[in-house]
Amino acid sequence: MATIPGDLPYIPAYEAPPTYLNVAHTVRSWLLTKDHKRIALLYLFSITFFFAIGGVAATIMRVHLLAPAGLLVEEMTYNKLFTMHGVIMVWFFLIPSIPTTMGNFLIPLMIGARDLAFPKLNLASWYLFMAAGFFILLALLLGGVDTGWTFYTPYSSRSSNTYVTLAVLAIFINGFSSILTGLNFIVTIHTMRAPGMTWFRLPLFCWSHYATSLVMVLATPVLAITLALVGIERVFKVGIFDPAIGGDPVLMQHLFWFYSHPAVYIMILPAFGVVSELVTCFSRKRPFGYEFIAFSSLAIAMIGFLVWAHHMFVANISIYAGMAFSLLSFLVAVPSAIKVFNWTATLYKGSVALDTPMLCALGFIGLFTLGGLTGVMLATLGFDVHVHDTYFVIAHFHYIMVGGSVIAYFGGLHFWWPKMTGRMYNEWAGRIAAALIFLGFNLTFFPQFVLGYLGMPRRYHSYPPEFQVYNVLSTAGASILAVGYALPFFYLLWSLRYGRLAGPNPWRATGLEWQTTSPPPKDNFEKIPVVTEEAYAYYKLAPQGMAALGSVAAAEARETGGGES
Amino acid sequence: MAEDVLTPEHSLVAHQFEDAGQQREASRLGMWAFLSTEILFFGAVFVAYAVYRLRWPDDYRQGSLELKWYLGAINTAVLLLSSFFMALGVHASELGQNSRLIRNLILTIVLGSLFLAIKATEYYLEYEDGLVPGASFRMEPPPEEAGSGFARAVKSFERAISRAPKGQGEVARRTRAEEQFMVFYFIMTGIHATHMVIGIALLCVLVWMARRRKFSAAYNNPVEITGLYWHFVDTVWVFLFPILYLLRNP
Ligand SMILES: [Cu+2]
Repeated sequence: MATIPGDLPYIPAYEAPPTYLNVAHTVRSWLLTKDHKRIALLYLFSITFFFAIGGVAATIMRVHLLAPAGLLVEEMTYNKLFTMHGVIMVWFFLIPSIPTTMGNFLIPLMIGARDLAFPKLNLASWYLFMAAGFFILLALLLGGVDTGWTFYTPYSSRSSNTYVTLAVLAIFINGFSSILTGLNFIVTIHTMRAPGMTWFRLPLFCWSHYATSLVMVLATPVLAITLALVGIERVFKVGIFDPAIGGDPVLMQHLFWFYSHPAVYIMILPAFGVVSELVTCFSRKRPFGYEFIAFSSLAIAMIGFLVWAHHMFVANISIYAGMAFSLLSFLVAVPSAIKVFNWTATLYKGSVALDTPMLCALGFIGLFTLGGLTGVMLATLGFDVHVHDTYFVIAHFHYIMVGGSVIAYFGGLHFWWPKMTGRMYNEWAGRIAAALIFLGFNLTFFPQFVLGYLGMPRRYHSYPPEFQVYNVLSTAGASILAVGYALPFFYLLWSLRYGRLAGPNPWRATGLEWQTTSPPPKDNFEKIPVVTEEAYAYYKLAPQGMAALGSVAAAEARETGGGES
Repeated sequence: MAEDVLTPEHSLVAHQFEDAGQQREASRLGMWAFLSTEILFFGAVFVAYAVYRLRWPDDYRQGSLELKWYLGAINTAVLLLSSFFMALGVHASELGQNSRLIRNLILTIVLGSLFLAIKATEYYLEYEDGLVPGASFRMEPPPEEAGSGFARAVKSFERAISRAPKGQGEVARRTRAEEQFMVFYFIMTGIHATHMVIGIALLCVLVWMARRRKFSAAYNNPVEITGLYWHFVDTVWVFLFPILYLLRNP
C-alpha cells in the first residue's frame, strides 16, 4: 500500500479491472496476442470475411439460376463459382466456425483455466489460417478454380487449366491450422481442468469439442497428403491418380472422403455442443441424459471414420463394400437420434424461454433432424443411385451444414456475445433475424429436395424449363436468407457501442464462464475456481428462481412497463 | 503475485499452467497427439502404396530391385544408432547431467546428418540411373558405362557383391508402373527426409538451450518430447526400409 504524506488516508479512485479487450490497445497487442479470447476474435473477423465471400458466390449462382438458360455467367464462370463457394464455405468458414471462435473463447473459461495449453500454437494456427486464406484468395483473383470442392482426379490433375495447385496448397496449409486447433483442445481438456472439474462435470460443449478435436487430428492429415499427391501429380506429371498413366482415380476418392466425411462431423459436432448449452439454459433444466449426449459425440466421431464410401456408391466399388458402408452409415443415425431425443426430453416440462439463441436452437433441432433423415435415405444403396449428384444431395447437406451448423453458430454467437463483448444486442432484432434465417433457409433448400428427386443434377449452369418454378422459389428463399444473415452484422456491431451492459450473467446460466466478468479479465478468473458441482445445476435456481428469472425479453418488458406479465 | 518467490523451477512454468507437473503432462500429451496426426499423414501414403503394389507386384518388385538396398541398410543402422544416442540424451537430461546431454545430442545430430548425406547420395545415383519420375525418367536403363565416374564405380561395386551369375542381374525394360513405384519411393523417403531435417533443426535448438543451462532434472520437457519425435521418425524409416527395399523376391 502506498501512503501519502500528511494525515489524510489515501483513497484510491475506483477503477474497473482491465478486461481482455482493454488491457492493451496497440495493433501489435492484437496480432501477437497469445490470449485465447483475442485469438477467438481474430478468427471471428476472418471467418466472417470468408463467409461473406462464399455467400456472394452463392448469391450469384442463385440469381443465375432464375432462368432455365441462366442469367448472368458463362459455363466456366459458373463452375468456378460453385467451386469457390464450396472451398471457402467448407474450409474457411464451416470447419473453423464454432471451434476457433467459441471453442477458443470458451473452453478455457468453461473448464476454469487461464488459457489453452499451448497459446503460441493457437496463434500459429491463426497465422496458418490466414496464409491459407491468402493463397485461396490469390487463386480466386488470378482466375479461380473449376474442379468443384472435391478436386476429383483426373479432372483436377490433368484436364483443368485453372489454379488448382494454388488451391490445394491453400487447403493443405489450412489443414495444419485445423490440426493445431484440435491438438490444443485435446490437451487442454485433458490437462487444464480446474480442481474438482471432473470429466462428468464438463459442460457438453467441451465434450463435443473433444470429439471434434479427435476428428480434426486424425482425419485432416489424410486430406493434406491426398491433396499434396494431387498437387504433385499435377506439377510433375507423374501417375498417381491419373488412369492414363497408371493411377487409380477411385483411390483418390477413397482418400478424399476418408477425410471429408468425418469433416462433416468437424462441422456438426461443435454445433451439437452449442445446442446442448442453449437448450439447457433456456429450459432452465439440467440436460436429460447428460452421459448419453456426451458419449454419443464420441460415438459419432468414431463411427464417422467408417462410412466414407457412401459417397462412392456409383464409383464402381464392390456391391458388398457398398452394403457394408450403407449399414455403417445407418449406424451414425443412432447416436445422432439419441441427441435429438435428449434435447427434446430436456425441453419437456422445462421453463422454456424463446430468446434469440433458443429460437436458433429449436430451428437447429428441426432442420438437423430433416437433414439427418434425408441422410439416412441417401445412405440407402438403391435410393442413392437414383438421386446421386442431384440437388437432393445438395439440399441434404445444406440442411446439415447451414440449417444445422450455421444456425447453431448464430445461436451460440448470440448466446455468448454478451460474454465476449460485455454488451446485449437488441433482442427483437435478434428474434427477427432468427426467424428470417429459418424461413429463408427452408424456402431456399426445401424446393431443392424436390428438384433433386425430379432429377436436376448438381453443378449445372442451365436446366429444363419445367424446373424453373423450384429454382425461382429457391432464389426467393436465398434472398430472405441473405437479409437474415446481414441483420446480425449490423445490430451486433450496433450493440458494441449502444447495447445495454450485460453484466456477468445476463441469461442466469450456470457454467464457469458466467461466473467471471463480461468481458472477462485477461487471465479469465481472478482466482482459479474450485468446482464442486455439475455444470448444469439449474435445479438449485428453482423454484423461487424460476419465476423471477424468466427471459431477457420479459425483463426488458418489465423495464419498459410493457406486456407479458 | 508480488509475494511469490521466483525459484528457478517456477520461472520455467508458463503462465497458463499451475505447476511444472501439469506443464510436463501437457507437453507430453501434445506430442503424442501430434504423432497420431503424423501416423495418419504417413498412413495415407502407405495405403496408396499398398494398393498399387498389390495391383502391379512385378513392376514394383523390379523397382525395388533397382534401389541400392545396401545404402538403405547402412542408413537403417545409422538411424537406429542415432535413436540410441537420443535415448541416452533424454536419460542424461532426466539426471540433470548437462554435458552428457550436449554430447549425446551432438552425436544424434551427426548421425542424422550422415543419414541425410547417404540419402542424398542415393538420390544422386538414382538420377544418374534415369529413375527420377517425370521428364528425366528413362524407360531403358542407361548402359553400364554411362554416367559419372562415381556412378560407374558404384555399379562395378554392385556387380562385385551380386550373387547372381553374370548377365542375369540385368534389369529389364522399365514400365509405367515402375515409374509409379519410384514416385512413391521419392514421396515417402522425401517426406521422411523432411521430418529428419526438422528433427535436426530441433536438436540444434536443444543444444543451444542446453549450453545456456536451460534444462535441469526438474525441467526437461523439450528434450523429452523432441526425443519422442525423433524416435517416431526413426520408426517410420523402420517401416519404409523393408517395404521399399526388401520386397525383392517374387
Ligand atoms: Cu458422408
